[in-house]
Amino acid sequence: MGVGVGGACAKGEGKVYAGNLNVAAKRARDIILGKLKLGEVVDWATTFSLWPVHLVTSCCGAEFAATWSPRFDAEQYGALPWISPRQTNFIIIEGTVTRKMACALRITYEQMAHPKFVIAMGACALDGGLFYNSYNVVKPWEIVPVDVYIAGCPPPPEALARAILDLRKKIREKKMASNWLREGWRGDVEYPMPKEDPCKWWQP
Amino acid sequence: MSISEGTLGELRSKGVEVRRIDKEYYEIFIGPQHPGSGHMRFRVKLDGDIIVDADPDIGYVHRTMEKLSEGREWLKITPLVERMTIIDACNITLPYINALEKLMDKRPSTRASYLRVLLCEMNRIASHLYGFGIFGVFIGHSTAYMWGFGDREVFVELSEILTGTRLTYTYHIPGGVRRDMPQDFPQMVRRAVRYMRSRMPEYEKIFLNNPVIVTRLKDVGVITKNRAAELGVVGPTLRGSGIRYDVRLAEPYEVYGEIDFEVPVFEDGDALARTWVRVEEIKQSLNIMEQAIDWLERHRDEPVIPKEDYDKLPKLHKEVYEKSGRVKLLPAQISMKVPPGKAVARGEAGRGEIFYYVESDGGTMPYRLRVVTPSARNAIVFKRILPGHRLMDLPTVYGSIDYFAPEADR
Amino acid sequence: MSLPELGEEIRVRLGVLAREVKVAKGFVEVVTGRETLREVAKTLKEMGFDHVKSVTAVDYPKEGKIRVTYHASSFLNEELSRFMVGLSVDLPRDKPVVETLYPIWNSVEFMEREVYEFFGVIFEGHPDLRPLLLAPDLAEKKVMRKDFVVREESIYEGVPHEYK
Repeated sequence: MGVGVGGACAKGEGKVYAGNLNVAAKRARDIILGKLKLGEVVDWATTFSLWPVHLVTSCCGAEFAATWSPRFDAEQYGALPWISPRQTNFIIIEGTVTRKMACALRITYEQMAHPKFVIAMGACALDGGLFYNSYNVVKPWEIVPVDVYIAGCPPPPEALARAILDLRKKIREKKMASNWLREGWRGDVEYPMPKEDPCKWWQP
Repeated sequence: MSISEGTLGELRSKGVEVRRIDKEYYEIFIGPQHPGSGHMRFRVKLDGDIIVDADPDIGYVHRTMEKLSEGREWLKITPLVERMTIIDACNITLPYINALEKLMDKRPSTRASYLRVLLCEMNRIASHLYGFGIFGVFIGHSTAYMWGFGDREVFVELSEILTGTRLTYTYHIPGGVRRDMPQDFPQMVRRAVRYMRSRMPEYEKIFLNNPVIVTRLKDVGVITKNRAAELGVVGPTLRGSGIRYDVRLAEPYEVYGEIDFEVPVFEDGDALARTWVRVEEIKQSLNIMEQAIDWLERHRDEPVIPKEDYDKLPKLHKEVYEKSGRVKLLPAQISMKVPPGKAVARGEAGRGEIFYYVESDGGTMPYRLRVVTPSARNAIVFKRILPGHRLMDLPTVYGSIDYFAPEADR
Repeated sequence: MSLPELGEEIRVRLGVLAREVKVAKGFVEVVTGRETLREVAKTLKEMGFDHVKSVTAVDYPKEGKIRVTYHASSFLNEELSRFMVGLSVDLPRDKPVVETLYPIWNSVEFMEREVYEFFGVIFEGHPDLRPLLLAPDLAEKKVMRKDFVVREESIYEGVPHEYK
């Protein structure tokens, strides 16, 4: 067994610490090439490259931003907000989605690369939350299929980080990414078409 | 080559959307999905690289708070309106409570006033640091984002210790606050103040005096003094243009009249001046925090609600207050009736002046609640100041105004 | 100077132009008619009230009127910046049309657009009268008027069965 940079780390049997890169790399190599099937490797790889698109729908965006701040550092889970929807596969709906925003949300969602995942953050994304009877609010699950919901108003950054971990678990358990590769769709969710066109108000 | 009307009609009959555009200009759409924080869209017309017309299309986060508040009880409105700027929740809800107190002819207890001021100043610093971080993202300076958000956590954590949540406090009630501070809170505040003071020179070094940033911000988005007054902009945008106006100074609410602080004013009116105003304001807020915590430490025995209200509380409520410093609300307070009349109140939030107009018809809910937020008043800058700039200056102007869309759209 | 003194000064300055000048909680309220609105606004601007903080409309369906209030104050005059003046005008509910104050106070531009989309008040002469916050189809419903009622329901009702 090779001695890595932080050599003192890998003392306990069966534990891999990030500090010992050689050990970690060897074990990962063994698992990926030895034990896993190709489909499982795809799922495993997808969990480490979740790129949320930078669409901030509402005020939970304050906690969304704090999640990637130095204190909570969600980048360690392989997720980093990115600018262009074309280069992302993951969308976090931060709170309320208004009628105008629903149009932007659907367009952004459709532009993202497959296989795509959605986290809905906050009470407003569940059922309207504090604004349940507002005339300008739509429920995000009518617009896009949601994989993980987070409760709270607003949910703390820890909850968002936890939801990303949950999503990673779900991807590997339900084989979301490999199913998409094999079948052309994810299999575990239906892709809903919104009942009515979210952009029907648009007048150029 | 021009297309004849007949061809256009044929295209239209096939369901193709056809419209004429200005030949000389590019028309581009920016947002609502864009790299910075902001939930709005611009329709920008470009002549080459120069903006000739910018039309801010806001309302992407319009959650109809004014309408919904007409169907909620007075106290339940505080959590509703504080969602418009959750990073500045104390400052945003305070004028509403002030207006309510004006209608009810109630004076908050002095200790509650000092606690409000303390929390508001912590909020102002956190809000400025948030704006700082987002500004960094806009102009590609990720260190500013990392530092701003890292240091912001100090003040978010302090507010969590004081009120129980990170962002949405619902701390004020008419006549007082909902919770007294913990015993060891003064030491924590002083440590935070010491830490932030030592950090301020570093911010100046890495951001404001950085030659790259200065080149990017200097003489961009200039608003002259008279223009600022004419457009009615507020907050650091106004004070960066040389106008000495701060609600804490003009119409001192709470105990700001007794506290010693300065209002930083810069004359240049450009993006750099606006950023400087924020940095100087953080320093002033630290001073105010220290004065408030000194007073609070000296007067530990006073209750956080008015004496006559405290005497009226039942025994259980008094016990809870003595043990944990928490003010338990009475059921009657939720369904309280407010005397008919109208009142206005204003306050200085992190981004500028916030204005509330409250009208009561004597019922358990307001007849009309009108909020005008600082970002809503600053939105006009995009339309009036952007034309003439290059497209690459748009993020600079946007970030320097510290526009927060949920606040503007309400 | 105090608020009642300012009220007195405005009363003397406006004379017959104002129907009513009274001191409310936090501001001086001036009520005027639709025809004299511009003239009153001009006078207030000459006194030093250089910007508008808010354009507020309140709907009174029983009296059949919509009251539009301009809350003005000053930035450049430090003495006046401590006070606010509310300039109100009553409009009939079925045909709320009024002349815009945009040429006098530039800062009303976006706020008048807001009142237009929420209450359907038409400001004549406004350079760009379009909905600001709402989508155009919703703006036609004049959502902030009292006869547009939002549904009030318990949170346990009305959850559709597609909710998974």
